[in-house]
Amino acid sequence: MITLTHYLVLSGIIFTIGVIGVMVRRSALVIFMCIELMLNSVNLTFIAFSRYLNSLDGQVFVFFVLSVAAAEVVVGLAIIILIFRNKATVNVDEINLMKW
Amino acid sequence: MFEYIWLIPFLPIIGTVINGLLGKKLGDRVVGFVGCTVVGISFLISASLFAQLLSLPSESRFFSKVIYTWIGSGDFKADIGFQLDPLSSLMILVVTGVGFLIHVYSVGYMHKDPGYYRYFAYLNLFTFSMLILVLANNFLLMFVGWEGVGLCSYLLIGYWFEKKSAADAGKKAFVVNRIGDFGFILGIMLIFTTFKTLNFSEVFPKAVDAFSKGDPTITLIAIFLFIGAMGKSAQIPLYVWLPDAMEGPTPVSALIHAATMVTAGVYMVSRCNALYTLAPDSMTLVAIVGAATAIFAASIGLVQNDIKKVLAYSTVSQLGYMFLACGVGAFGAGIFHLMTHAFFKALLFMGAGSVIHAMGGEQDIWKMGALRKHMPVTFLTFLAGTIAITGFPGFAGFFSKDEILWEAFSGAYGSPALWLVGIIAATFTSFYMFRMFFLTFCGEFRGTDEKLHHLHESPGVMTVPLIILAILSAVGGYVGVPHILGGSNVIGSFLAPVFGKGLEGKVEAHGGGESLELILMGVSVVIAVVGLLVAYYLYLANRELPHKLEKKFKGIYKVLLNKYYVDEIYDACIVNPIKNGSIFLWEKFDDRFIDGLVNGVASFFDEGSAVLRRMQTGAIQSYMLSIVIGAVVILGYYLLK
Repeated sequence: MITLTHYLVLSGIIFTIGVIGVMVRRSALVIFMCIELMLNSVNLTFIAFSRYLNSLDGQVFVFFVLSVAAAEVVVGLAIIILIFRNKATVNVDEINLMKW
Repeated sequence: MFEYIWLIPFLPIIGTVINGLLGKKLGDRVVGFVGCTVVGISFLISASLFAQLLSLPSESRFFSKVIYTWIGSGDFKADIGFQLDPLSSLMILVVTGVGFLIHVYSVGYMHKDPGYYRYFAYLNLFTFSMLILVLANNFLLMFVGWEGVGLCSYLLIGYWFEKKSAADAGKKAFVVNRIGDFGFILGIMLIFTTFKTLNFSEVFPKAVDAFSKGDPTITLIAIFLFIGAMGKSAQIPLYVWLPDAMEGPTPVSALIHAATMVTAGVYMVSRCNALYTLAPDSMTLVAIVGAATAIFAASIGLVQNDIKKVLAYSTVSQLGYMFLACGVGAFGAGIFHLMTHAFFKALLFMGAGSVIHAMGGEQDIWKMGALRKHMPVTFLTFLAGTIAITGFPGFAGFFSKDEILWEAFSGAYGSPALWLVGIIAATFTSFYMFRMFFLTFCGEFRGTDEKLHHLHESPGVMTVPLIILAILSAVGGYVGVPHILGGSNVIGSFLAPVFGKGLEGKVEAHGGGESLELILMGVSVVIAVVGLLVAYYLYLANRELPHKLEKKFKGIYKVLLNKYYVDEIYDACIVNPIKNGSIFLWEKFDDRFIDGLVNGVASFFDEGSAVLRRMQTGAIQSYMLSIVIGAVVILGYYLLK
């Protein structure tokens, strides 16, 4: 029997992978995917609770998150492409324009 | 007709506006015309108001009109209000009359000066301020005029501001006057806290009703006001600015520093006679300061070589006489002398101006001489002025000065000692005036040949005012012929309603008999003649003797020539300590402490942020790390709590 706990643990693991991925990877694209990973782990939690509590609220939230994430991907990818065009790299170590 | 009183000060200010704003475009002729006309019309209005005042019975000669409530706040109320009574009507006549003549004279004297329009704008502004001063019906408005004339005095002394000595003299006059004004302000404040009003017509009756003689509050008020008068009227110890004020154009010296502005203090003390008579101590102070100034300044005048400096010290000395008169309770005599002095001193200054004009700017009387032949009109008018100031019988100065000396001897607060000081000062006056007169107009010319060719009589626009003033100096005294000479002292009884009956009556009662008055009169005439003869003997008959005397009394001569070193003493005791203290505060306190504090705060943040900004690495992953750490810490806190 798969319980709520299983879902939550899975979600936690995916979220952690996402966090660590954002922190340690250098490629902007991978970091971007890790962010998606984090978002979706949260979505998973929403769905799990929605089932558990017998309420549709969580699922509604997931729709919102998905649509916002879609928009975010569009903008984010556009930025990354432009950076690549300018610098011929997507390595975040080299993209530190906001430095002091 | 009295309703039009506001026109009297208003017209000159129109002149200021026109000349000040448009003068450059209008050209010198129009500027001169406007400047003179506004004052001339003012004079005509003043004269007609004066005539109307005379037609009223003497006890109802009072008119007051509030034009506008200037400040109204709680108890405090100050109006723009004018008051016409015998005293102020006499003052406006002198101010506009003598002022008009000096304006006309200036047209000639300032001819071709690059700042012509500026000069006339200032001169009109001065007339305006002076009229406000004498017409005001309350202390605050009087103070406005008081400050206004001070400002104009500063502007006109420093009129040739590109000359350092002129700019310095202007500054000195302003600063010294400020010291006096401080006393005046304190006096006004004390009057307000004591009487809850500043109107003359309320303060004086209240003072008489509510306070007994010698009340300390009244004494304090009177002394504060007198400090103001000391500054404006150049009395010891604040007289030092007046001789330096001679840096201004000569007509300015005539108008401001001889005939009108410097007499403001005398006017103010006379206006407040009700307060002064309530405070006998302050009267004594006024009398002593006046007498001391009279003799002190006259003694400096004995050896000065600059024609304007002699007249300047003479002015200080004559102002001393006026205060002496006020101090012994003879306010009428003080105002009488103020009037005659305005005539003959304005005449003397303008005569001196005419001489300087002819000499091409030379002011040293030792480089003049024999000007009689070259400038007959100036010579004759100057002679009239000299005779008037030295007090020869029949001329203006004789009647007014004699009345003062008589009151100093026998008046309510007088004493023979004050009379003695006055009579010695009169001797000095006679001596230095004739010394200057002989050196300038008689003997032979001691200047260069070039100057001799240049000598010429001044144009009519300058000599006509001289002639008018000479006539006034000759006959102006007949308004105050004393009873003993068969006169009725018209001016005294005209002013009596302002100065109260009590005092005048006392003077009569105190009088030591008619023969004494005649004897004293004789003494002052003899004294005047002695001064004349000594001057003649020294400077015309035995020309070598003055130099021998100089050598013989070298010590005294040097002290007098250097004006008792008063300027040096003030520099050493007051000016330099303040200067050094200011420099200390500037360099040590301001530069180091205040600036250090402000700059310290700035550099603290500057350096602090230099450290902190290193956190902005630009590497998003390090930001991410901090977010995660933060989240973990917060989460951990709530989980482990």
